[in-house]
Amino acid sequence: MSKTPKSIETRYMEEREQLFRGLHNLDRRSFLRVSSAAAAAAVVSGMTPHSFSPIRIARAAGPGKDLRIAYISDSHLYRTELNDRFVRSILRAVDDVNKLDPQPDFVFYGGDLAQLGQAEELELGAQILKEVKAPVRMMVGEHDWYLDMGEKWQELFGAPTYSFDLKGVHFVVLNSVIEEDFWTPRGLSPMERMRTVAGLDNHNQRSFTVGAEQRKWLEKDLSAFKSDQPLVVFSHSPLYKLYKNWNFWTDDADEVQAILQRFKKVTVIHGHTHQVLSNHIGNIDFHGLLSTAWPWPYAPQGLPELTIQMDRPDPFNPSDGCGDGEIYVHPDGLVDKVYRLWNRNPITVPASYLKSQGKKDRPPATTRGSY
Amino acid sequence: MKRTNASIPALHLVAACAAFTACGGAAGNGSSQPTSKLDDPSEAKEDPPDLTGQALANSLLAQWQRDHEDRDWQEEVRSAHPNIPGSADNSAMVYVKGGQDEGQTYGRFSAQEVLTWKLETDALVLAGARIFHSGDELGTSVGVSCDMCHPDAANTHPATYPKFQVQLGRTILLRDMINWCLINPVRAPAMEPDDPRMRALEAYIFAQSKGEALDYGKH
Ligand code: HEC
Repeated sequence: MSKTPKSIETRYMEEREQLFRGLHNLDRRSFLRVSSAAAAAAVVSGMTPHSFSPIRIARAAGPGKDLRIAYISDSHLYRTELNDRFVRSILRAVDDVNKLDPQPDFVFYGGDLAQLGQAEELELGAQILKEVKAPVRMMVGEHDWYLDMGEKWQELFGAPTYSFDLKGVHFVVLNSVIEEDFWTPRGLSPMERMRTVAGLDNHNQRSFTVGAEQRKWLEKDLSAFKSDQPLVVFSHSPLYKLYKNWNFWTDDADEVQAILQRFKKVTVIHGHTHQVLSNHIGNIDFHGLLSTAWPWPYAPQGLPELTIQMDRPDPFNPSDGCGDGEIYVHPDGLVDKVYRLWNRNPITVPASYLKSQGKKDRPPATTRGSY
Repeated sequence: MKRTNASIPALHLVAACAAFTACGGAAGNGSSQPTSKLDDPSEAKEDPPDLTGQALANSLLAQWQRDHEDRDWQEEVRSAHPNIPGSADNSAMVYVKGGQDEGQTYGRFSAQEVLTWKLETDALVLAGARIFHSGDELGTSVGVSCDMCHPDAANTHPATYPKFQVQLGRTILLRDMINWCLINPVRAPAMEPDDPRMRALEAYIFAQSKGEALDYGKH
């Protein structure tokens, strides 16, 4: 990239960003050691050190460290010979996350790596994701599952349901795309089953669920934690009921939400919807993920009020409406979500916006909303 | 179960043919493979079929069904996409005895006629739905169909045409935009305006937009 002169504003924002990032990555002792240096840097860049101090204190007082996650999702890979556009798109996302400096704590893959669940598609995806420098955490989507009922995916990536802890945050990954058997009564072949589920508007399938077994597992997994434990849950489908006709929907969402409601800082991050999507129900914040392959239109009904729509994508540009992004978990356990649209300005949906029911820190609106 | 009118003569043909022994699939779909026990004399010897009454009718129907794998296509599309809005209800136009239409030749619409309008209109829409959802029928070279980006034809906005598209440098009609999406995201050859698939696609896209107010030029 050629070096273009940067405006004072740009430099100001970059320096501020750097300073913040640097501070977030310090442990408390180093923080104390360098805080005066950081303040000095602020002076050099022409800002009063005072302007940063409230933020420093807020960060330093949090229970844990800042955590940064990058995400890639919904790449819908065919084999390269059939469709290289989707392959180039995921490669672009891999480049994006590898360029992040500092590197994220991990890269989350949001499901639908494959388009038709075929071994060669999943293997291609696995091979591409090996290029990611940071550790990768995987989630399964319906396009990965319904050809062989998850056999190949699990062989490559392990169990679809798991949890882990990092920097004081508890993470849970669910398989939310379980459908009741509709294929046996209809006598469908595995590929017919796969194609039925792959059709977003195909009504021959059932609704997604997490299912009783996983709900029980989830309850047990969370039982040891106190209600102030920061919690991030990943599910492929949104864990709420948005629009049933397109499976923007999880049938037992209410039951899963009930398990999560006792936590004060809980965020659900979901794939599947290929768009900027925000919601807040009870204590729970919800964020969608962008797809690398193509954007979905907004559902004709049920769009959460808090969602600030992204621009209607331009069909003349195949990567418009696509992208990747980041998830910042603040030390206090709240999550800011960044949608890094490839063709547009990034959109950040901060925790403060959702927690204030849209009163604070509202992201900028589009003039090209859906209709 | 509804059948298209066109397939009914075919059923008679096969039935007549099969009743007169081994003309096989020739009268059906052009298949020359033996398709049933009826066609295969060796099996017939071991287990002579009961070629009378209901059994005959059943076996003829079964053979016809094997020869017409696609016969239920409308039901299949309907089952996958039950929410396609139906065409307008014209039942109030069916003539009533003693009304003004009594004795007229041209202004009098029978129930059968009104039903035919509906069946024929809906059939074109269903054909469009099927093409819209099928990469094969669209002729894609990259495994992509319209529904992947336009579930239920969302965001196709047929009621906003004609409109000026900067990228195409002119005011375009719906079919021009369909062709744009065909050539670009779908990577298929463009369709002639008269291509039966284009006509069906337009029919489906309009049907899905039922109730939208016309607003040409809207972006
Ligand atoms: C890879 C994604 C993709 C595929 C596949 C695709 N389109 Fe599109 N199409 C778009 C996008 C994005 C738009 C712009 C949507 C908008 O303006 O809201 C669009 C716009 C359109 C429009 C014009 C909408 C308007 O507001 O004027 C029509 C009509 C259309 N598509 C039809 C089709 C048809 C028919 C097919 C299949 C042959 C198809 N599209 C396949 C992405 C796609």
